[in-house]
Amino acid sequence: MNLFRHNSRVFGIAAILWLASCGGQQPQQTMFRPVGPMSARIEGLWWFIFAIAVAVFVIVWIFLAGAAARRRVHEQLPPELNPDPAREQRYLRRVMVATGITLVVLFAILGHTVVTSKYMNSLQSKNPVTIQVYGHQWWWEVQYPNDDASLWVTTANEIHVPVGVPIVLQTGSRDVIHSFWAPNIQGKRDLIPGHSSAIWFQVDKEGTYRGQCAEFCGHQHAHMAFYIIAESPEKFQAWLDQQRKPAPDPANATLAHGKDVFEKGTCMMCHTIRGTNAGSHVGPDLTHIGSRTSIAAATLPNNPGALAGWISDPQAIKPGVRMPPNPLTGPDLQALVAYLQSLK
Amino acid sequence: MKRTISTAILLTAIALLCACEREKRQFREPTGSAVPGDTGVEQSPLHPGGSAPLKPGESESEANNGAGPFEFNAYAVAEGQKLYYSYNCGGCHFHGGGGIGPPLMDANWIYGSQPQNIHDTIIEGRPNGMPSFRGRIPDYQVWEIVAFVRSLSGQLPPTVAPARPDNMNVKKPEDLGPKENPQQR
Repeated sequence: MNLFRHNSRVFGIAAILWLASCGGQQPQQTMFRPVGPMSARIEGLWWFIFAIAVAVFVIVWIFLAGAAARRRVHEQLPPELNPDPAREQRYLRRVMVATGITLVVLFAILGHTVVTSKYMNSLQSKNPVTIQVYGHQWWWEVQYPNDDASLWVTTANEIHVPVGVPIVLQTGSRDVIHSFWAPNIQGKRDLIPGHSSAIWFQVDKEGTYRGQCAEFCGHQHAHMAFYIIAESPEKFQAWLDQQRKPAPDPANATLAHGKDVFEKGTCMMCHTIRGTNAGSHVGPDLTHIGSRTSIAAATLPNNPGALAGWISDPQAIKPGVRMPPNPLTGPDLQALVAYLQSLK
Repeated sequence: MKRTISTAILLTAIALLCACEREKRQFREPTGSAVPGDTGVEQSPLHPGGSAPLKPGESESEANNGAGPFEFNAYAVAEGQKLYYSYNCGGCHFHGGGGIGPPLMDANWIYGSQPQNIHDTIIEGRPNGMPSFRGRIPDYQVWEIVAFVRSLSGQLPPTVAPARPDNMNVKKPEDLGPKENPQQR
């Protein structure tokens, strides 16, 4: 199997890998580069089934071609009305053997799948990193729960995890059925409204991995992605400590004006910035929006230009999204963007 | 043969007719109407808002002063329903039955049942608890909420029903409930 996997990587599947690696330095989203024990097993199962499928495909074509060729040779023979019983017996045995082989192969696939599925739930730990993920139309709410409510962290669309330790995601949905899928790390998990479930995984390699919703959930299903950012435990702890702080007070007059626009306009009807008057939970928590790499569920990079465009007219970027257009004046918009960018 | 052709023409006509009147889902309102707060509502010393509420004993049909822009659009009414709960209208008015605030599904209207009256109530606020949402909610969303609020007492055509809400069903769907006859309280 190893030999086949190696060879097929070099020859047959180069195109798939090439496609999967499109984008160069972009965060990866491919199950062919597993970064954890779970996704490694899924990849193993994928290659196992792929090898069998290729073998079946080739064998079927060989027999089909053989049958076609033989028919030509015996073109002139009349139809046989009384076939030879001994020969019929021989043919029947061949069909039975072929059926038996098919059954064995199918059961091998079934067995491998069951063992792999069982392994997906085998990761256990008394002290895992617990993260809560909730699907929304069309973004991801991410929480790092803590027994002390003041240390509870809420963020969106970016899941920071430490490498090398078991992580449990407690998942749910706030509206319709979504599906959480980060192919480099684990299999899919459907998020059903009113039903919570847990998915365990571990990431062994630092990096940024892209995932997305894998269950059609409405107009902007395609723009509902997220990043899993795997860091060393020290960096993760530093990030978590930073996220636990409330938003800092504005450092200068421009930022203060931006905060004013946020608190006195439409923004605070839906968004939270901890440490300010804004505390609604309809939209993503923006307490540390400046520290994120992307906005609008990994649709746009997080820079002043994209943010200003998003605030002004989200419906032009994600038609149907729940955020309304905000026709602010130039100075107000500039100040608001500067304030949001300052929330590191 | 002739029969087949006529059947085909008939089916095509039916299919084409079905496509008529497809409801518009407008995601992006013209920018002008999305300016929060700037509603041009007229303030008179006698009654708040530009349109007079019903006089005591007067019923709606006599003083009908125009439907809101979304009264005939089920998608907009469903959006209004979502916004009603998102903006916490349900915190006081509950599912329309009232509690902290007055009920919205009965026939009694303190400040008028017309779309413009309800719009004014949301934008201006009312004494004893109703806050002003001027500048907080884009105008087109206010009109969506207005349409939903009117659906609660059955004021919209029965074909215009909001979608099933995400929360537990506590009452009949808006289009199946009784149509109230609004009276000025």
